[in-house]
Amino acid sequence: MSYVAFADRDHEQDHHDPDTFITKYVWSQDHKVIAIQYGITAILVGLIALGLSVLMRLQLGFPNEYSFINPENYYQFVTMHGMIMVIYLLTALFLGGFGNYLIPLMCGSRDMVFPYLNMLSYWTYLLSVIILIASFFVEGGSTGAGWTLYPPQAISPGTPGVDLGIILMLVSLAVFIVAFTMGGLNYITTVLQARCKGMTLMRMPLSVWGIFIATVLGLLAFPALLVSAIMMLFDKTLMTSFFMPAVSSMGVDPGYTGGSPILFQHLFWFFGHPEVYIVALPAFGIVSDLLSTHARKNIFGYRMMVWAIIVIGGLSFIVWAHHMYVSGMNPYFGFFFATTTLIIAVPTAIKVYNWVLTLWQGNIHLRVPMLFSIGFIFTFIHGGLTGLFLGNVTIDLPLSDTYFVVAHFHMVMGVSPVLVVFGAIYHWWPKITGKMYNETLGKWHFWMTFLGTYAIYLPMHYLGFAGVPRRYFAMGNTDFLPDSAQDLNAAITISAVFVAATQLLFFINMIWSLKSGPKSDPNPWDATTLEWQTPDHPPKHGNWGHELPEVHRWAYDYSVPGYEDDFIPQNVAADKAPVGEGH
Amino acid sequence: MSEAVLYSGEKEAEGTEGLIEDWSRDKQVFGVPWGKAMMWIFLLSDTFIFSCFLVGYMSARIATTDPWPNPSEVFALEAFGYPVPLLLIAIMTFILITSSGTMALAVNMGYRKNKKATFWLMFATAILGASFVGMQAFEWSKLIAEGVRPWENPFGAAQFGSSFFMITGFHGMHVSAGVIYLLVVAFRVKNGFYDKVPDGYKIVEIAGLYWHFVDLVWVFIFAFFYLW
Repeated sequence: MSYVAFADRDHEQDHHDPDTFITKYVWSQDHKVIAIQYGITAILVGLIALGLSVLMRLQLGFPNEYSFINPENYYQFVTMHGMIMVIYLLTALFLGGFGNYLIPLMCGSRDMVFPYLNMLSYWTYLLSVIILIASFFVEGGSTGAGWTLYPPQAISPGTPGVDLGIILMLVSLAVFIVAFTMGGLNYITTVLQARCKGMTLMRMPLSVWGIFIATVLGLLAFPALLVSAIMMLFDKTLMTSFFMPAVSSMGVDPGYTGGSPILFQHLFWFFGHPEVYIVALPAFGIVSDLLSTHARKNIFGYRMMVWAIIVIGGLSFIVWAHHMYVSGMNPYFGFFFATTTLIIAVPTAIKVYNWVLTLWQGNIHLRVPMLFSIGFIFTFIHGGLTGLFLGNVTIDLPLSDTYFVVAHFHMVMGVSPVLVVFGAIYHWWPKITGKMYNETLGKWHFWMTFLGTYAIYLPMHYLGFAGVPRRYFAMGNTDFLPDSAQDLNAAITISAVFVAATQLLFFINMIWSLKSGPKSDPNPWDATTLEWQTPDHPPKHGNWGHELPEVHRWAYDYSVPGYEDDFIPQNVAADKAPVGEGH
Repeated sequence: MSEAVLYSGEKEAEGTEGLIEDWSRDKQVFGVPWGKAMMWIFLLSDTFIFSCFLVGYMSARIATTDPWPNPSEVFALEAFGYPVPLLLIAIMTFILITSSGTMALAVNMGYRKNKKATFWLMFATAILGASFVGMQAFEWSKLIAEGVRPWENPFGAAQFGSSFFMITGFHGMHVSAGVIYLLVVAFRVKNGFYDKVPDGYKIVEIAGLYWHFVDLVWVFIFAFFYLW
């Protein structure tokens, strides 16, 4: 129970490097190995979710063609796709993966403050994933309640997976939250308490800021999900009536009385909206660093970027009911939540302007990570603008149950963060593996993914305006929909299958790079942040060899006038190189 | 440029600016051990869990159409032939608050490196905590014997039993975990385990933080369940 953990010890003081295969790669307490474990698990489970989305699209594009997709399956696909993508892929990958890898390296620490807890976090996360996957194989299959799991539908007979599927889903969520809490406590404490000398908070790279604030949001938002999961579990197993009103289900009275389904929605979205920013803030942070590095220019308005992250994080807790306009609420509440929602556009717009201004007159290198970052700016502006529509009560009401919403949130929290994930993987791949990837293949991957996702989601906006309802297994014969809507659906499906297949390029590239990629330079992008200045490449256990680094400047000293190189690493002393305009 | 100067301590900003500069200083934001910082952050997160539980309970209580059972009757205990309202719960609350007192003393003794006193005070805290859980078990069994179930009860709204068992159960789990935690730390204090670690006795305070938190939560549960 000692708190003098590995990260703050001198290298000589009882420091045993793990030497067996098991302690090095399996039961590892090294943040870098844990990060890779988190990353691989998240990406594998994400591939399942990708497969499910392809199945959904096949049904929507070509209804009645595929006999193996029935309405029950379709709802199970929808549910598991959403749940996996939002929580088990994006949250785990950004915080468990990138958070674990980048925080100690970028802050100049030897490891997380409590490495053992960090290891437990991963194995608990793996347990939650196993429970989740198990729900595919139990009788009745996984739950088909929609990713929001709204009661009464979620636990009423007639919904797929109402017996075991929903129970396993809720248990898996609870276990995930335990895992996240163990990791999250580590990330926050490391950022606050274990930075190296000279690394003030206002010198931290924005990646760390984004991950840090996202973790704070997670620790405060996941409790609401935990509580709603526990309450629904009791509603299901013990017949309590927290969320279940007196209902007649398929002609039978199941015995519930007097619960409030709206209570679940409030609890769920009190988690659900900050969750959007748990995914988005790390993406904001990482993309800022990528843009600055590859444009050889300091990030525009660093302080404003930090404050924008903090303000967005704070505001995200008072907007949750904008997901519930159609559930019915007091008009004054609608006014309040619409106002707070639109206010979020201000710090978000600051960030977007600053990204663009960072590119302005920069020395732009269109390498793969840069392409993905610029792609992110496009998709994010796109998804953000449709968010302004949906944030208004009167516009949201008619659009809420249409494909316009699907297009909006896939653009803003599906495509955008995933583009950043790819950009970040390409960017840090040389540091993680010590190998380079194939640039040309990476560019093909980018263009096909970027254009392909536009081909998927742009037409969906039109479908939404035309009134195509979301969540439907098949449209059937509806008078208000033109026949062309179906043609568009087929085209979207073709694009979706294409984009899914394109991701093979990424995996081929990475496997090729691991097997026979050329050795990379320790700092291939000429970046300033600490993770590129490690004595070993890739960094070894303990990160910094004998001496911890000392930081003398902010993370964005690119193209400082009067210096020979166009970058000055953070650990170069102030008397050895000019200090840039930042700090 | 300004922070490079600030960092070496030559010039300091004042007011809000100074506060921010101060906070974002080198290395540590808070001058406390990592474990203590982490415990505070965990407790913040745990606060949100209990808040959600209590808000959920309040919302369920307001939403239900069935009458809510009268707490002074349901929680009354027969003493000397008369039903005394809130008797058991008053004793339980008293015990838990007392345990906070012994815990605070233990922290003090820990910093004085008085191993024996620290051990016994922590041990007493754990015993008080365990007796709290025991009395809670007694209260549960009494209510169960009277027919209160998570899904129904003879006194009124079904949500009464559901939220009562869920929230006091969740709190009881916290107390039980705390008892185990306290015992582990207490015996390690006794063994001299923390002599080997610099500032090792701060763990007593960290355990104390958790314990005080659990007590504080109980005050809210007490107010919302028994006095409302």
